[in-house]
Amino acid sequence: MEAFNDRNVSNGYYKLDIEDYPTTAWGKFKRVVRRTFRGELFVGLWVVMREMIKFDVHTVQYPLEKMPIGPRYRAVHEMKRLWESEAERCIGCGLCEKICISNCIQMDTKIDENSRKEVSEYTINLGRCIFCGYCAEVCPELAITHGGEYENGSEQREHYIDYAGMLTPLEMMTQGKQQEFEGFGAITPHEDAGVKKTPLSY
Amino acid sequence: MEVAYLIETIIKVVVVLTIFSALAGIGTYFERKILAFMQRRLGPMNVGPYGLLQVAADGIKLFTKEDIIPTNVVTNVFKIAPVITASTAFMAAAAIPFLPSFDIFGYTVNPIIADINVGILYILGIMGVGLYGPLLGGMASANKFSLLSAARGAAVFISYEVVTGLSILAPIMMVGSLSLIDFNNYQIENGWIVFNLYGVGFVAFILFWIAAFAETGRTPFHLIANDHEIIDGFGTEYSGMRWGLFFIGEYANMFFISFVIPLLFLGGYGDGSLLGALALLGKVAFFFFFFLWTRAAWPDVRPDQLMWLCWKVLMPIAVVNILIAAIIMI
Repeated sequence: MEAFNDRNVSNGYYKLDIEDYPTTAWGKFKRVVRRTFRGELFVGLWVVMREMIKFDVHTVQYPLEKMPIGPRYRAVHEMKRLWESEAERCIGCGLCEKICISNCIQMDTKIDENSRKEVSEYTINLGRCIFCGYCAEVCPELAITHGGEYENGSEQREHYIDYAGMLTPLEMMTQGKQQEFEGFGAITPHEDAGVKKTPLSY
Repeated sequence: MEVAYLIETIIKVVVVLTIFSALAGIGTYFERKILAFMQRRLGPMNVGPYGLLQVAADGIKLFTKEDIIPTNVVTNVFKIAPVITASTAFMAAAAIPFLPSFDIFGYTVNPIIADINVGILYILGIMGVGLYGPLLGGMASANKFSLLSAARGAAVFISYEVVTGLSILAPIMMVGSLSLIDFNNYQIENGWIVFNLYGVGFVAFILFWIAAFAETGRTPFHLIANDHEIIDGFGTEYSGMRWGLFFIGEYANMFFISFVIPLLFLGGYGDGSLLGALALLGKVAFFFFFFLWTRAAWPDVRPDQLMWLCWKVLMPIAVVNILIAAIIMI
């Protein structure tokens, strides 16, 4: 994973020592002779032959094998549950609907019997979603996040995913397998050290 | 003419046609696989075990595709051009001895369709006619990329023919015959022509080999159908089996020239034993592999560079080579 995240190119750049083009006929002739007998063509032949013998194939046979994707990858959304109570984290604040720049999130809320706000409708139009990650960033409860499921082909371009489909299944909660999102809006490491007491003594 | 001879010839023609049509298909498989391995890929893997049935899939695709004749093309020329490429490639095979003669059920078979006395001249001439396919197809296509490709075809044509013709003059002077069987018999007695006459044979071999790349239009001289410069050149407007005929012609040409080079310079099938026959097939396999190998390794040259190379470098070397051969032989 470390190599995956390392996007720095190597520092091994150096300038090629390219000589000037010859201007005289004798110079051109000398260049032709030098190039002819330098054997660079055979170097090329040797390089490809070496790679064929080494047989160090880099193909990922995609539907059968898949590359690991980074934890910050922004694919189809997921709705998380609280670890303790296994209740939905979403409090129906509507910030994600508000910030969504392609207007693909639609939600409806109601007041439930405990007079708490509850989400009654929640859909994301994946045909419009541009996977910018703003919803996950703005969410105050870390409820809506991005998952790693990037294979979302379907017969319908505008295919909706609904709230139940995005919610972490309960059996995954009991197994403790819910994955926290590490992208924008997630808790950074050492967050606890930065927590301060609320200053009450004004 | 005897009936038996007629039947034998027809059988030989059919066998050569079927084997080399199939080889042209399998050649594409080998090309994809070897190029893929050299570029650290896997190549075709999904159709059949290790992608072996990819050839069949391609064949079905080519045969069942619609044969489109675009508007504004010169219809008759457009239709006949691929046939020229494919048919001349196979016609050239008539004078090539593919294997030494062998006995089957007490009947001696000479695996050459017609041992004519102008053998190599006929082969090179017919292979040269094959270039009319891209030329006419490109000019008839009403497409600027095809036209460019046809112009390049003409440039290639006038370049390499000089080198092929002059380079084999020295071996012909040694052998004193144009028949490939006489070439083979000469090399049984005097050793391979490559090593003959103090390097003259070697120079002729290298020149002919270089010209063979231009003749078949393979990578260092892959100018006529250069996909990354002029789309597919003369093949741009073709579809279905007409395009497939160009392809079969190109690959059959590669196989036939791979037969001709060892027969001319590398001892052919030797004394006619089984070992000699296998050695010839091994040499053919090497030359075919080399066509694919260079495609993975080498860059393409420009048309003007090819003409420069053929006229200003290779042709003088070929002429000097002939002179040296003549002086030595006197």
